This record gives sequence, structure tokens and C-alpha cells, in this order.
Amino acid sequence: METPYQILGVQSGASQDDIRRAYRKLAKKHHPDLNPGNAEAEARFKQVSAANDLLSDPDKRARFDHGEIDGAGQERPTRASYRDHADGEAGGRYSPGSQPFDTWNTDDFADIFGSAFGGAQHRRGDTRGRGFDERYTLSADFVDAINGATRRLTLPDGKILDAKIPPGTADGQVLRLRGQGGPGLNGGPPGDALVEIHVAPHRFFKRVGRDIRFELPVTLAEAVLGGSIEAPTPRGLVRVRIPSGSDTGAELRLRGRGVPGHDGAPAGDLYATLRVVVGAADPALEAFLQTWKPEHSVDPRKGMEHPL
Amino acid sequence: MITVEILLSERPGLARQDLERWISNDWVRADGQPGEPLFHDIDVARVRLIQELRDDMEVNEAALPVVLLLLDQIYALRRQMRQLRDKRL
Repeated sequence: METPYQILGVQSGASQDDIRRAYRKLAKKHHPDLNPGNAEAEARFKQVSAANDLLSDPDKRARFDHGEIDGAGQERPTRASYRDHADGEAGGRYSPGSQPFDTWNTDDFADIFGSAFGGAQHRRGDTRGRGFDERYTLSADFVDAINGATRRLTLPDGKILDAKIPPGTADGQVLRLRGQGGPGLNGGPPGDALVEIHVAPHRFFKRVGRDIRFELPVTLAEAVLGGSIEAPTPRGLVRVRIPSGSDTGAELRLRGRGVPGHDGAPAGDLYATLRVVVGAADPALEAFLQTWKPEHSVDPRKGMEHPL
Repeated sequence: MITVEILLSERPGLARQDLERWISNDWVRADGQPGEPLFHDIDVARVRLIQELRDDMEVNEAALPVVLLLLDQIYALRRQMRQLRDKRL
């Protein structure tokens, strides 16, 4: 761990002036209100402030030098700082060039982007420019994202468009709807709408890469005797054969029943992990088990005697 | 919202005339009746930031408006970016 001297970058014999100078230099660089969104600067500033609190107090510094206290635990409690307010709604109070409580509108911002990215702000009127891309988010059901679906969207300006969610869409994937973004400048082409898809989690299916996994409950009889049962898949029920003598945790693979193949990627598989459900008390089963002598007795808790 | 007396008691090292000058320079805003300013949380945090800029970071009052203007622009951009990102369907 760094000592307060190392954090401030001063010698252990440094004068109070050296310490103040070193602290000011680091505060200018790392102050979190000057580095919003930068967690590293924030963490460093906390260390620097704590080191300064300790070393700028001659009494605390002497006790530290004699080893009576250590450099840890000196951090000030976190206070809500300016950036926390300024990043939120309240920050509009100090918007540049505005009367109190005014905020900028989106057109101002488009102008800024226009000039920052070589757009047409200063040449407006004589140059064609492509419209801006607009970003949206859209949430989709798990099964729709696997199988593909078409969703009708109403944009904030009232425009209606159909977004095609392709089969196998993953959470966070972005659809580009060509020409559905901001209008072009002076007859230039419009920008695109970029729609980020958020896939809602499913009640029992879980996507792992191109495969889908879920837990398939079976009765005691189905597990012991085996048999053919109907199992859910994202595309509907399919018949599955349970091998006789199956146990909880046994895994069945349904080839090609995972995420459908698209863009040259092969279809994934569906994995069902069996879970034996004993069900409600049953007198006949109880009577049988009381007299039952297993041919091969097993200890299911073998190896668990010593938890460490 | 808090009164000027409470604000001054919470910020040792802050002189009343400094605060009054900052308000008249429009570096800090206050609501309330004339002569009885009331401060929101963001105003209190801003007073502290200005104090730290002055005392810890050696930004003198001649340079302060430049620093505040640039900071206000950064935060306005950040709010606007967030607003665009959060445009939802």
C-alpha cells in the first residue's frame, strides 16, 4: 500500500509548503467535478485528499511518522458533489448562456455535432448534408428475439415504421433502419435510425451463445422407466425420449433446436437438464419404499463430509 | 433549500461578501425574496466547488468565469448526450 507521502509524491521530510503544493497540483488534475464520469480520477482524488488531510495536520502527521496511526481509514465520507447534481435534471440551472431553468433544445445540439463532425453549420444553405442518425432502444420478448419478429414502432415525431427483428437477435444488438433517421440538409439523404434491442429474460429458457438451456422437470416414473414426453422449445413443443434410468442433472441435447442459423452461422442446440419431481405423498410409493432393498445402494452425499 | 446563514455555517472559510459577489456575478444562483436568498442542493455543491477551485486549485477570481463556463458546457453536453441516449420507444 502506498504511504501518504508516496500518494502526494513528496519526501518524508517535506515541508508543509511542499505538501500543500503537491496536493494542489494533484487536485487540479484529479478533482472529480473536473473529471465527470471518470471513476479512476475520483478514486485517486479520494486518496490524495486523505493523504493531504493527514499530512497537512502537524499533529496527525507526527503520529503517523511515529507509527501510532496508519494511512488507511482516513478517507472522508463521500459527499454528494457538484457533478452528481450537474449531471441530472437540476444541472439545467447552470446551462451556459441561458436564463435560469432554460435548457437547450435538440436543434442546438445538432448544430454542435454538425460543426464538430464536419457538418454544414457554417455552410448551411449551400451544401447538401446527410441527416443525423437517431438512436432508440426497443425491448423484445426472448422468444421473438430467437425466432425473429416484426414490430411496429411509433417514432417521437409520429412516423410509423416496421422494424424487423431478425432470428437469433442477441441482447444489445443494434438494427440499422436505413433512411429513417433525421432529415437531410438541403436535399441531402436522411440519416438512419439505430435501434438497440434489449432482450427480456425468459421464464425458463436461457441463451448461452448459440445454445439455449433450460431445466426440464420429469416424474419419478419418467426418470426411472424412461419414455417419450413433450418438451417446450422456443418454436413449440417437440417429443423427446427420456432414456430409462435417468437422474436429476442428466442433460439431453436437442440438436439444432437452439438459436436458429443465420448469416452463415449454424443453428445452436437446445440443452434440457432433467429435474426429477417426486410430487405429493403417495401411500403405494411409501409402502413400496419401506420394503424396497436397492440392488446397488448408493450414498448420494459421498464426498460431502468435509465441507472444506 | 437552505438560507444564507446555514450555508455559511456549513462552509467554514467562506466569507459572506465572497458569496454575495459570486451571486452578483451569476456564478451561483439563488431563489427566494431579494435580500433573503435560498439555495438548492446544486447551489450548495457549486459553492463548494468554487471554494475548492479557489483555495485548493489556485484558480483566482479573474480566471474563475472561464473555468465555470467550460465546466457548464461540459455538463450541458453530458446531460444532452444522456437525453439522446435515453430516447426510448
